[in-house]
Amino acid sequence: MNLSITLATTQRILAQLRHDHRTIGLIVGVPTLLMILLRYVFDAPALFDRIGPLLLGIFPFVIMFVVTSVATLRERTSGTLERLMTMPTGKLDLLLGYALAFSLVALLQVGVVLAISLTWLGLDLNGSLWSLVVSALLCSVLGVALGLFSSAFARTEFQAVQLMPAFVLPQMLLCGLFVPRDQMVGWLEGISNVLPLSYTVDAMKEVTVSADVTGNLVRDMVVIAGFALLALVFGAATLRRRTP
Amino acid sequence: MRDLTVVRGGREVLHGLTFDVPRGSVVGLLGPSGCGKTTLMRALVGVQIVKSGTVSVLGDTAGSKALRKRVGYATQSPAVYDDLSVHENLRYFASVLGAPKEDADRVIEEVGLTRHRDQIVATLSGGQHNRANLAVALLGTPELLVLDEPTVGLDPVLREELWRLFRQLAERGTTLIVSSHVMDEAGRTDRLLLMREGEILADDTPDGLRARAGIDDLEKVFLQLITEREGARA
Repeated sequence: MNLSITLATTQRILAQLRHDHRTIGLIVGVPTLLMILLRYVFDAPALFDRIGPLLLGIFPFVIMFVVTSVATLRERTSGTLERLMTMPTGKLDLLLGYALAFSLVALLQVGVVLAISLTWLGLDLNGSLWSLVVSALLCSVLGVALGLFSSAFARTEFQAVQLMPAFVLPQMLLCGLFVPRDQMVGWLEGISNVLPLSYTVDAMKEVTVSADVTGNLVRDMVVIAGFALLALVFGAATLRRRTP
Repeated sequence: MRDLTVVRGGREVLHGLTFDVPRGSVVGLLGPSGCGKTTLMRALVGVQIVKSGTVSVLGDTAGSKALRKRVGYATQSPAVYDDLSVHENLRYFASVLGAPKEDADRVIEEVGLTRHRDQIVATLSGGQHNRANLAVALLGTPELLVLDEPTVGLDPVLREELWRLFRQLAERGTTLIVSSHVMDEAGRTDRLLLMREGEILADDTPDGLRARAGIDDLEKVFLQLITEREGARA
């Protein structure tokens, strides 16, 4: 673990993104557009108040998952990962560098989407803004960590893109967005209990109903952070210095 | 290197190689494509899983932590970030290596890319791309340079310049192991390892090889060695 290598990596990834305006545009623009659509398709402010914040947790998760899994796969296939492995780079330096860089991007994303939701779209938030921002950030870090981890299972970018539905869509169905988790049949609820996205939705729900930092919220956040950490450690284990 | 055996893709590609490389010399690794040059180099920098044998580099086991700043490696296909400028790439790798900040500009000049310093790598020509890749290996002034086909796709003038650079580096005490499949580059080395099908056919100075075979053209020397080897087998 070397802080200056981690920060250099973060800086390098941000520089890559700076050269890629279109990706930045998509990262920020797509969730904004979806939020606007959500608001006007249903045209029911009460419903928007309830679901909007949940999506503020899910969007960064999904988008960061896709961006990170493809970016790390590129690193693996282009030979730069191997090059870094012949240098003093620690595996965690690289992963944390990625996590930090994409968290900053997620901050930008959540900031823009939230600003538009609270002003133009008239989102009415019961809970505190800060809990919402922190929860949304945690969701994006989780997306980054799972994206890093899952990229180990893909050999090509074709496969990497398809990991998104594989890793994300089942979680989306089970996370409590469509049907509250306690109304699912027992075995499904059991599965949803061990999936990280369930806790991001729980956290977001908590934020919408209570202005205080409740015990439930803290517990959800700790669980999300734990999942993210676990995925990072597994991700580190998939990086190999020596390959066949 | 002692008795190095490597299996890749279920096939044994290096069959118990043994050789030594004296410090401060330029060693050429020559042989046709697919003969195991790259695998051998990967073993030297410690990214290759080896089946048996030992590889010791600058007094340490290949790939050990202490060596990661002392060995520079350039792969055959460039391993640099396409979406960054030449300078951004080098600045990043320099900070990973803990090399001084000025190193990025120094190596850019050494490989002759000063005019393209701020150009995005994806827009460089193949030869320039290759040189950007080589520049990364030069960062931090490593004691051993392992360069896989560094002169592929370069015009004769640039090739000449790079070989002059390799010579300068060797004079400063750097050891260079340079692979190539072009025989006319073989004459510029201090020592030649001729490889074929995962074995070393000869390990000698270019002059020594010429004298032994009684031929001046190294390409013909190589051919003769192969015929001798096949004859010995039959």
